[in-house]
Amino acid sequence: MLELMDVSRHFGGLHAISHVSMTVQPGKVTGLIGPNGAGKTTLINSISGLDHPTSGRISFNGQDISRMKPFKITRLGIARTYQNIRLFGEMTALENLLISQHGRGHASLFEALVFTPRYRREEQALRQNAHALLERFGLEHAADVQARTLPYGDQRRLEMARALATQPQLILLDEPTAGMNAVETHSLGEQIIRLREEGLTALVIEHDMSLIQQVCDEIYVLNFGQIIAHGPHEQIKHNPVVVEAYLGEDESEAHGAA
Amino acid sequence: MDLLRALGLSETALQFMLVNSILGLSIYLPLYTGMFSLANAGFMAIGAYVGVLTTQMLGLPLGGGLVAGMLVAGLIALPIGLPVLRLRDLYLAIATIGFGEVVNIILLNFDNFAGNIREALTGETGRFVLINGARGIRGIPKLTETWHLVLFLVIVSYFVIRLHRSRLGRAMAAVRQDEHVAANMGINTVHVKNVVFILSAMLAGAAGVFSGHLTRIITPDMAQFGQAVDILAYAVLGGTSTFVGPIVGGLVLGALPEMLRFLAQYRGVFNGLVLLLVIVYLPGGLINPAGWRSVWERLRNTRRTATGQPNA
Repeated sequence: MLELMDVSRHFGGLHAISHVSMTVQPGKVTGLIGPNGAGKTTLINSISGLDHPTSGRISFNGQDISRMKPFKITRLGIARTYQNIRLFGEMTALENLLISQHGRGHASLFEALVFTPRYRREEQALRQNAHALLERFGLEHAADVQARTLPYGDQRRLEMARALATQPQLILLDEPTAGMNAVETHSLGEQIIRLREEGLTALVIEHDMSLIQQVCDEIYVLNFGQIIAHGPHEQIKHNPVVVEAYLGEDESEAHGAA
Repeated sequence: MDLLRALGLSETALQFMLVNSILGLSIYLPLYTGMFSLANAGFMAIGAYVGVLTTQMLGLPLGGGLVAGMLVAGLIALPIGLPVLRLRDLYLAIATIGFGEVVNIILLNFDNFAGNIREALTGETGRFVLINGARGIRGIPKLTETWHLVLFLVIVSYFVIRLHRSRLGRAMAAVRQDEHVAANMGINTVHVKNVVFILSAMLAGAAGVFSGHLTRIITPDMAQFGQAVDILAYAVLGGTSTFVGPIVGGLVLGALPEMLRFLAQYRGVFNGLVLLLVIVYLPGGLINPAGWRSVWERLRNTRRTATGQPNA
């Protein structure tokens, strides 16, 4: 579904990612792990169009999207969330979900001015969709609350709801459990599994190995901008290169935090 | 009208205030989209010249001038916006100040330029006079009536209210809050910014047409920096959290100089002082409930401390 071929992104002399090739299979949850600064976010920015690769090719359903504008990529069916929450904080949760359905509406400004039936039908459909998503993520109470005043966990879930509102085929989750406790992380994992059951494909960037283990069918490991390992969870866990680069370090970090 | 007289305002003063309100709204749209544009003085001048030429040379009524002024301003905004709106914040402000200066210089030299072209084409050597350079166009009949302005403001207000409830309006707010995320949500941010720039230019153009048929004289310097800052001041004083703010801001800043006539040469100072006080104590502008609430709380707390009660 999503294919990266020999993708590199250099910032001057810094090789943020170099010669990365990976494939995200349709209907699967693919994990992308790696230590801080490995280039995970650069990679996700390149896929979502906020940044463009220096060389290489990114294709989605056979279509080259390496140089495409972000709004077009979104309309093709790729949605994303952000590592640091980036909701439209001054707007309510409902408005956040209305905005992300922008690409699906067709009513022009003129139609909004004179209340054409199409405009009214469309607005109603957008609102119904938004409410359905709020309900799904347990956010009905937040519909008319300013997004930035919501509790942290609600904001995280609202971000995911907002990404889903664009009706994607592929969702890119950039550290979806950052700042969450074990219980919240587990329930988010269940959400992701449910989405997969509904046919959605996901690429999950994570630090939290429990979530990776819970949801990922396949894992890529990124270190210093290069893929150093690839395979199912069991295989990755015992790969000495990976253990050295990442897992060992992460576990000691976890102990330190506890 | 009685209220106006009580405040020491003539009907002409009211008309200028209403023109200011239109200008305030014209800058409100880009500000609401997060675009710090100072181009509207230039578009206002374009509207004024096109509108006046339409009524005076072609003999059309004010409505014809209004349509022509708005159309030309909007058409010019399109090629200007495409390159300029790639810039952001202060860079956009500087580029749009540049636009005003360019309009000013073109208007100053238009007759010479057109005269030279005519000479090259037809060999005619006489002085070409259309817009009269720095002296401007004089003796324009006063066609703008109060009800024109009120009606126009009502229509524009309705437009803005509906805009806020449309896809474009939501996209505008999204672009202001986070342009990158807006793009990731499927919004064509370049398109949104250009449409807003054009709408804003058309409103400024309309204000120019009304203003030209009110002051009865138009000169190229109306495109300059000073006017651009005045327009920005209407929106800043009134506040940009709702569209009512810039309307009120335009009215207040139009009325102040009139009401302060008794201060003679000091009224400019006082005018500036009022603006400064609002910016310092009501950063969200006059029409901003949250701002007034915080001022109220501050006053209440000060009083409490003064009477020796503990601060809440």
